[in-house]
Amino acid sequence: MSDGRFGDYGGQFVPETLMAAVTALEEGRNAVCQTQEFRDELSFYLKEYAGRETPLTFCRNVSDDMGCKVYLKREDLLHSGAHKLNNTLGQGLLARHMGKKRLIAETGAGQHGVATAIAGAVLNLPVEVYMGETDCKRQQLNVFRMELMGAKVIPVKGGTATLKDAVNEAMREWAASSEDSAYILGSVVGPHPYPEMVRDFQTVIGTEARRQILEREECLPDTIIACVGGGSNAIGMFHPFLQDDVRLVGVEAGGRGSAPGEHGASLESGRPGILHGALSYLLQDDDGQVIDTHSVAAGLDYPSVGPEHSMLKDAGRVHYESVPDADVLKAFRYLSRREGIVPALESAHAVAYLIREQDRFEKDDVVIINLSGRGDKDISREVVHEQI
Amino acid sequence: MNRFETVFERPAFIAFTVAGDPDPATSLAVVQTLIRSGADILELGIPFSDPVGDGPVIQRADERALCAGATTDSAFALVRDVRRESDVPVVLLVYGNTVFARGPERFYREAKAAGVDGILIVDMPIEEAEMVLAYATETGIAPIFTVTPTTPPERVKKIAEMAGGFLYLVSLSGVTGRRETLSEAALPLIQSVREETALPLALGFGIATETHARQAVAAGADGVIVGSAIVEIIERHVGDVEGMERELSDYIVRMKAAVVGSVPVDEDQNSV
Repeated sequence: MSDGRFGDYGGQFVPETLMAAVTALEEGRNAVCQTQEFRDELSFYLKEYAGRETPLTFCRNVSDDMGCKVYLKREDLLHSGAHKLNNTLGQGLLARHMGKKRLIAETGAGQHGVATAIAGAVLNLPVEVYMGETDCKRQQLNVFRMELMGAKVIPVKGGTATLKDAVNEAMREWAASSEDSAYILGSVVGPHPYPEMVRDFQTVIGTEARRQILEREECLPDTIIACVGGGSNAIGMFHPFLQDDVRLVGVEAGGRGSAPGEHGASLESGRPGILHGALSYLLQDDDGQVIDTHSVAAGLDYPSVGPEHSMLKDAGRVHYESVPDADVLKAFRYLSRREGIVPALESAHAVAYLIREQDRFEKDDVVIINLSGRGDKDISREVVHEQI
Repeated sequence: MNRFETVFERPAFIAFTVAGDPDPATSLAVVQTLIRSGADILELGIPFSDPVGDGPVIQRADERALCAGATTDSAFALVRDVRRESDVPVVLLVYGNTVFARGPERFYREAKAAGVDGILIVDMPIEEAEMVLAYATETGIAPIFTVTPTTPPERVKKIAEMAGGFLYLVSLSGVTGRRETLSEAALPLIQSVREETALPLALGFGIATETHARQAVAAGADGVIVGSAIVEIIERHVGDVEGMERELSDYIVRMKAAVVGSVPVDEDQNSV
């Protein structure tokens, strides 16, 4: 059994009130997730319901522009419009196997909340989603989507009223109700077993991409690029390639600049610290108080990152860089115009990195970008007409 | 012999406040009032930006303190101020990152120098406590751990073996905050933990009234911890230090009396 550590990172830094819950989850996961019945069930939902596998799209126009072969892994085409559903279907099914009567979740931009609402609807489990009050206002459409599918959205007022505060509140609610409720955490963060479990549910992305690129190019890609907030789409994409000679790049939110509070680049600018149950890179002040973050992409607006990313950073296996909001908006418009694919602002970080670094690639180099979600949620007059 | 052993010779009243709430000067006045009015142990929370173990009342106290400039250094300074006037045992309630950010060795050394007797790290269960235990031993600061109604008996035993000072029994599942009645789980919890350890047992979470306190002591608790009810009084009187001190003093005197059982209290007069 795993000890929940990624090198020095990870762990179970939770109040004793939550130890029984994380232990039960760990035991439930070990008992259920490897069974044939569970795997069959999950692959049924992923294929028949969510629409896997997702395409690996060769982009002719972008390839011409960049001077290399560019493929997009199309998680934007997954039901719900983002990779989050891979995880919520997995955790939702596990919750059902464990006899839980209710799903609780946190959400930032609303993508994970929507994915949990979907899983709850299809698996017949009621859903409560904790969402920062600020985010509820910024992402009203997603609040309606969740409500439409029967979920109850609970605005969180404390702290900065954004994603980290929603996680705090969901953890508090879980401590009070873990006997009958499952906490569906949306990224590879939190106490063990979440970082491992969420990674395993998201690894379907990289497993498919590996097979697809070998079919198309008869070789592995030179570079894979993915955005990193908590880091679930990135780890899901990277994991099947960790042992290969493939350059892996995680792109963090550079926000409005490198000053504290202006970005979400925890790996680039943070130092190890404890938040939400895990030791990982964290944006914090000298006393360990967590610093506010900013990103044009709400899904990357998080002060920490999955502990496995912290390990991969220290090991030098994955390169982590950041791109600023302004480049992200350009990339958002660029991909929309050149390929007719509107990326989520989160995923547009990966595109922005490619645009910035295009000179490092040769004509025959194969690059995969994990297009983790679609950008319908991000379309506004300001974004389209270049007013921000 | 540490300060805790003498304290628990009779039922102890343990009073919690957030260091620096609502501001440094008032916080010192609060702490002095708590001690003067009869607190047997002072629990000081170092405010944290993300207190996942706490309910809304203590979250707001953390925010007030941080807004007023509270830091780890100012919490240690508050302990030093207490030590100049009192021998009351002081327990720090902190989140793991507060200790980790300073480095466990330095944190324990500075806490010891300030006069701290025990440290409870809210989000550091025994599995993660290795990074601090050596320094707790070295400085003689008691490592205080919590036990909850969902902690299985074999785990209670392990926790008790690692713990020092006293065991903090969490009366319910969930976070800090006042409840109308004492949790049903509280009394069997005291009884079952008693079977596993000789450490003093202090019951906390959701305790606000004299009835709660008397029930806890009657069930065998060696101490009663009150947090949110105290912090609520502070919150109600922000900007009115005199009123704050008066109400705190009244409340602490009544609760202390209920804990030590020296004054019979009418069952109907339990409102705070």
